[in-house]
Amino acid sequence: MSLGKTEVEYISRLAAIEVNESEVNDVAAKLSNILDLFSQMQATDTENVSPMAHPLDQVQRLRPDVVTAVDQHEKLQSVAPKVENDLYLVPQVIE
Amino acid sequence: MSWEVVIGLEIHAQLTTQSKIFSGSSIAYGASPNSQASAIDLGMPGMLPVLNAGVIDKSISLGLALNAEIGRKSVFDRKNYMYPDLPKGYQTTQLEFPIVGQGSLEIDVDGEKKVIGVTRAHLEEDAGKSNHGVVPGMSGIDLNRAGTPLLEIVSDPDMSSAKEAVAYAKKMHELVQYLGICDGNMQEGSFRVDSNVSIRKPGEPFGTRTELKNINSFRFIEKAIEFEIERQIEVIENGGEVVQETRLYDSENDTTRSMRSKEEANDYRYFPCPDLLPVIITEEDIQAVKATMPELPDTKRIRFVSEFGLSDYDAEVLTGSRDMAEFFEAVVKATDNKDAKLCANWMTSGFAAAINKDNLAVTDAPITAEMLAGMLNRIMDDTISGKIAKQVFEAMWNGEGTADEIIEAKGLKQITDTGAIEALVDEVLANNQSQVEAYKGGQEKMMGYFVGQIMKASGGQANPGQVNKMLKEKLS
Repeated sequence: MSLGKTEVEYISRLAAIEVNESEVNDVAAKLSNILDLFSQMQATDTENVSPMAHPLDQVQRLRPDVVTAVDQHEKLQSVAPKVENDLYLVPQVIE
Repeated sequence: MSWEVVIGLEIHAQLTTQSKIFSGSSIAYGASPNSQASAIDLGMPGMLPVLNAGVIDKSISLGLALNAEIGRKSVFDRKNYMYPDLPKGYQTTQLEFPIVGQGSLEIDVDGEKKVIGVTRAHLEEDAGKSNHGVVPGMSGIDLNRAGTPLLEIVSDPDMSSAKEAVAYAKKMHELVQYLGICDGNMQEGSFRVDSNVSIRKPGEPFGTRTELKNINSFRFIEKAIEFEIERQIEVIENGGEVVQETRLYDSENDTTRSMRSKEEANDYRYFPCPDLLPVIITEEDIQAVKATMPELPDTKRIRFVSEFGLSDYDAEVLTGSRDMAEFFEAVVKATDNKDAKLCANWMTSGFAAAINKDNLAVTDAPITAEMLAGMLNRIMDDTISGKIAKQVFEAMWNGEGTADEIIEAKGLKQITDTGAIEALVDEVLANNQSQVEAYKGGQEKMMGYFVGQIMKASGGQANPGQVNKMLKEKLS
């Protein structure tokens, strides 16, 4: 299966990853290779195999419903590019 | 040709846990920005979610109340999309293996019962909030809400009018509060209703649906759906096509309008979350939740009718909220179950009217169940009449003391002394000779006039039963 320019642009937009014009062909080829691998796997008969939710054959452990976190916003915000009134600032979001 | 309306609802109920679904941050409402957003909530590299046991129990409880299948193996998935209030770049939710499977809820619209299917209910995390206008050209992100546990309850497309949709939403609202799994506060966004509305000709496949979002009152939900149905009919009958989109309701103009349509169609690329293992729910887990579940509203309603002899209407009003029902039962208990009907009357009229007037929650009422019972006991033992009781009730409401204190202080004790009542009757009859003649001449409605005069002369304190009896004797 081969991906073209349009698909690469679409996927990169969804993933919010910038792909330069010069890289498009290279990325398309790499992604196509991955998809080829998937088509090989898809040829396997999985009729009686139930889907796996996780590679580890274990069960989720739960934590009790207790507040354990403390307010660390100053520390966390010290690495943020922009902060105002304790809010993380990002380019304007149009609602 | 008439149109058939098809409505399905998606309800997001915020669960009443202390901490977030995947982190130990508090979910308390109204905290200062980002004070309840930890490294996990921020999606910092290397952070791992740990599932809150509280959300599992609360979900099981809803599942049981809806007679639904409980997902014995529940799996979390990632729903991928980019938005600044979603720091991880995906929402952790459930796709194929939700915690609650197919169930149902019975609604009542104008006396007609209808069973609405509940497709599923799945757990997911809420996103943060974007604030605009703090700094020009920038949005300010508050991630306190990010990771707040939500149970998204999805109905089957079983409702065929705005009224049915609202009846279902209200019933679910009542249920989650009874179960104590959601506080139901619509203003704070703890209970959010999204409506999917479409129309079709009977027998034809489903029409294209539109989604109405972010409406925080039942009244507006009803109006928005009604408007949307009319709009779709008009579009189609004028030869147009309904476009699948999200529409916002404008309550000021009572219309819906299209939200800016997104450039890309939704493509969420779901996959099982590798950070979370499957959750296994055992029969013991289910039984443990069952043992702690309160009586459900429908069961309570039926019991109120059979146990206390209430009308369907009274039982409906009294079980409208768990607080109201519990207050009523406390009143009945404190009056030794002597006259549950009288208790019900005072709850549905005097008490309900007073809390509505002052816009109070049952638990914030200035009188306790014991105080109301104290007053009702005085009605039941004939110390005061129902009419005087209204005065006592008002005084109690205004904080003037208990019923006994008020009756004593204001001298409201009913006159039950036969001699005193006879004197009042004689006096009124003597002063109204012509009316007495008229009564004897066949004008029986004069009776009411005499009773009124006597009650007035007694300052409202004569026992009305005794007055009637005495009058009849005197006039016969």
